Amino acid sequence: MADIQYQAPEDLAAASALLAGAGGKARILAGGTDLLVQMKFDVVEPTLLIDIKNIAETRTIAEEDGGFRVGAAVPGAELGEDAALAAAWPGVVEAAELIGSTQVQGRASLGGNLCNASPAADSVPAMIAAGAVARVIGPDGQRDVAVEDIATGPGKTSLASGEIVASIFLPKRPANSGDAYLRFIPRTEMDIAVVGVGISLSLDGDGVCTAARVGLGAVAPTALLVDAAADALIGSKLDEAAMDNLAAAVSAACSPIDDKRGTVEFRTDIAGVLARRVASIAFTRAGK
Amino acid sequence: MPDEVNTEFKWVGKRNPRPDGVDKVTGRAKYGADLYLPGMLVGKTLRSPHAHARIKSIDTSKAKALAGVKAVVTSADFPAIPKPPGPHGPMISDFRDNSMNMMARDKVLYDGHPVAAVAATSEKIARQALKLIEVDYEVLPHVIDPVEAMKPDAPILHDDQVTEGEDEKTAKPSNVYRIPRAQKGDVEKGFAEADLVIEREFTTKAVHQGYIEPHACVAQASDDGVELFCSTQGQYVDRGSCAKLLGLDISKIRVTSSEIGGGFGGKIPIYSEPVAIRLAQLARRPVKMVMSRDEVFRATGPTSGAHVRIKIGAKKDGTITAAEGEMTYQAGAFKGASIGAAMNCMFSPYDLENIHVWGYDVCVNRPKVAAYRAPGVPMAAFGVEGVINELADELGIDRVDLRLINAAKEGTQNVMGMKYGPIGFQEMLEKMKAHPHYNAPLGENQGRGLAAGYWLHAGGMSCASVNVSDDGTVTLIEGNPDIGGSRASMAAMVAEELGIDYNKVRPIISDTSSLGFTFLTAGSRVTFATGMACVLAARNAIKVACDRAAQMWGVSEEEVVWEDGHARPAGANVGDHEPMSLAEIAAKAPMTGGPIAGHAEINATGQGPATGAHLVDVEVDRESGHVKVLRYTVFQDVGRAISPDYVEGQLQGGAVQGIGWALNEEYIYDDKGRLENPGFLDYRVPVASDVPMIDVCMIEVPNPNHPYGVRGVGETPIVPPQAAVANAVENAVGLRFRDLPVSPPKIRKAIKDAGG
Ligand SMILES: Cc1cc2nc3c(=O)[nH]c(=O)nc-3n(C[C@H](O)[C@H](O)[C@H](O)COP(=O)(O)OP(=O)(O)OC[C@H]3O[C@@H](n4cnc5c(N)ncnc54)[C@H](O)[C@@H]3O)c2cc1C
Repeated sequence: MADIQYQAPEDLAAASALLAGAGGKARILAGGTDLLVQMKFDVVEPTLLIDIKNIAETRTIAEEDGGFRVGAAVPGAELGEDAALAAAWPGVVEAAELIGSTQVQGRASLGGNLCNASPAADSVPAMIAAGAVARVIGPDGQRDVAVEDIATGPGKTSLASGEIVASIFLPKRPANSGDAYLRFIPRTEMDIAVVGVGISLSLDGDGVCTAARVGLGAVAPTALLVDAAADALIGSKLDEAAMDNLAAAVSAACSPIDDKRGTVEFRTDIAGVLARRVASIAFTRAGK
Repeated sequence: MPDEVNTEFKWVGKRNPRPDGVDKVTGRAKYGADLYLPGMLVGKTLRSPHAHARIKSIDTSKAKALAGVKAVVTSADFPAIPKPPGPHGPMISDFRDNSMNMMARDKVLYDGHPVAAVAATSEKIARQALKLIEVDYEVLPHVIDPVEAMKPDAPILHDDQVTEGEDEKTAKPSNVYRIPRAQKGDVEKGFAEADLVIEREFTTKAVHQGYIEPHACVAQASDDGVELFCSTQGQYVDRGSCAKLLGLDISKIRVTSSEIGGGFGGKIPIYSEPVAIRLAQLARRPVKMVMSRDEVFRATGPTSGAHVRIKIGAKKDGTITAAEGEMTYQAGAFKGASIGAAMNCMFSPYDLENIHVWGYDVCVNRPKVAAYRAPGVPMAAFGVEGVINELADELGIDRVDLRLINAAKEGTQNVMGMKYGPIGFQEMLEKMKAHPHYNAPLGENQGRGLAAGYWLHAGGMSCASVNVSDDGTVTLIEGNPDIGGSRASMAAMVAEELGIDYNKVRPIISDTSSLGFTFLTAGSRVTFATGMACVLAARNAIKVACDRAAQMWGVSEEEVVWEDGHARPAGANVGDHEPMSLAEIAAKAPMTGGPIAGHAEINATGQGPATGAHLVDVEVDRESGHVKVLRYTVFQDVGRAISPDYVEGQLQGGAVQGIGWALNEEYIYDDKGRLENPGFLDYRVPVASDVPMIDVCMIEVPNPNHPYGVRGVGETPIVPPQAAVANAVENAVGLRFRDLPVSPPKIRKAIKDAGG
């Protein structure tokens, strides 16, 4: 552990400048529930911590163009307390609320979950399914990036030097839409996803699926957007055949590893099982 | 559970508040890491990254040169201990092994084996110093699995170890240290008489005790002596080990036990303690060493993973005619798997004529195993109870009835020749059958499992002092770290004896220099053995008090009796004397001969075994293999529950640990022999939401050899859960499971393979 400096700037430009100026030895500190653990185990040894929690944009939830802009450092507990957000995006909120425990919920953020770039991050498949877009602020200004394009591998992101995720935008959805997220863990909580599936879908007046997005976690180096799985649902009323196709497409998209958290066979199998369950929850929610 | 109305006693058997309760729930109690001394240094250990390697050289010069580093040690800084002569009993420590486990000498034998340690002025400097130590390793082939380790071409851990009983000069070195064996009757004859014989193999994985408090200690040393403060299950045993490993006089070392955040057997061995003392000697400053969770998992006590083969024969009417068990247990890097206890207990809930048990104590490149609640027994019982459940199904006999047919009773002799006194196993099984849980309806994908278990218990050496203050209040001094509420039980028994208020007895746990030797807090011995010492100490104090009353009344000692907290004339002919309370007698102590106290130094024998049986309901998600524990009831013959709250806690805790062992816990190694899951994220103990309320049904069949009937209760409850939970899963999905943990991937695969 090296000597560590701590800065808590009040605007994004200052934070970005500090980050760019530190030559890779700085880390953004949101809730710290990943970062502090990694520092304790010498996985990362930053010399500068840039706390972004004093920056208003990262701490607010605001309605925008019929959708929601969620600050990257808003803790999970506050997501659940926002009734409008929870009603509009129940799947994203339930995914974020699965993170850790009550204590961890007081800190853990969507931005941290995304930028930590763990393939097993719970909120990410749900955000991918939601079509969420990250607003990235950097030395060269601002850009909007689809959530599925942030992580490039375990612990790696596409963020350039000095870039920070300021907020995450959850777009407006048509009426009769619903989303859901489920993960498989051997225990009931305080565990890491062996597989995670998020699905968002929209129905027409007859209950036929008109649009769908399927996000899949913990079965590949990054969380995946699985178009083939969405295609299995679109045009169907989620009948048995569509569900079979969904499960098959999800399983086919899996390229997991055999590790202490599960075998290839098990993960691939469970991904399909979860996808069916998630789809039917999202379907029920959309029909309400 | 409503309290059974207990009119016999005033304090024993009551739900008294804990004397250590307020400090523990408010965070004031001092655990191992909570002592801070002026000038204290931070000690850290460098550990092997290899499962098996020869240490070619260690260069500590750069670490020593780092500013802030005050001492660096390797095995060269500790006395080399010669190989002890002759065979070793299981209870006797091999201090040479202990020394080499504390600090590797020529070879490292597991991932996490200590190779060097530093003491520095800050944690940061200590960690930097570890990185500056250069160790040149020659990596050797390793072996993790005991069955592999027994093969002729397996890598050998100890070139000087031959299987016990073989000729040291001619025999080839072996990873098998011993093959203990026990027999009763004639199993061949027994199997021939059977109508049905079932033989099955079972495996269990190494699991950790999972105490929340990591190992921690603070050492201080000068030429005058050594002070050690540590989290331990036995300060006296630690003191002896440190003396041996450091070449010091035992009485020069004073060990004070901290409060202990769990041990379950894992805080019996010493690890960093002698290292901290050596660092403190060299640095001439106090040194604190606290393990990280990673170190706890990699280098301290899991229990053995095991391969177990069980064969049982029975007649159509359910009478078991013969039972055989073969156990292959991981000892870890040094000999000493708990096979003896397994042999002693595995078939002991039953009254059997013909038994043959044996086992292999096998060294492998893993941390040396430590005791874990009923050490060695759960793995063997998993097999025994599994086969008994299968026998019941095959014979068409109810699972409880089959056990009742064969249940041990007063007079039964087990495989070791031990003859039982009163034992509550039959009564308990009857209670189980009559319990509402037993016949409660089950839903779809739900199953009910059950299994029984037995633990023998320990006695041994204990001391206690009862010191009466001049206001009649009492300090009770005893020598066992309080893990499960023992202070409360000791105080209750002493208050009962003295006839004073429970709250007027303050129980104190002694350091090693203030009271005579007291053996470990282990083996469910404390309330039995140390409890007996406390009762005797109280009775000796009463003798003194009666003597003083006799003096004041001018009568002889025999003419005074102690009743209801007062000295009273033994009869009308003694004279008309007002009864005197302890406080009244104590107030006059300066005039009647000085302080009033009672002491006891004993070697307790006569411990009574405890039997238990567990009933559990689970629901299995057939598509994912996920198991939810729905309902759980523990039945146990507890002898006498001195403190029912804490007895229930023991039974519940054992069940929960057993549930984790059954469902998800396991040590996972990669192909290089490195532990892959040294943390609670991937080493999955149950979290609170994983378990239902564990109901407890206590049966009290007092142990006649203890003044209050104590049997000891802490170990038995971890014996039945593995088989009971697996049996519930079997019942829910209609398939057999013989490999622990019964984790979701295994269940899912079994269901799929069966076409589900
Ligand atoms: C006990 C415990 C349980 C947990 N359980 C779960 C779980 O169930 N599911 C799960 O998915 N995770 C879990 N986690 C991991 C962690 O809590 C989550 O990933 C959380 O969302 C991280 O958010 P944070 O705000 O704490 O991130 P931080 O730790 O502050 O940051 C994480 C990483 O992202 C970077 N970063 C953070 N914010 C930004 C930003 N806005 N722009 C650029 N980079 C940024 C940081 O520099 C750091 O590298 C758990 C952690 C703990 C300690």
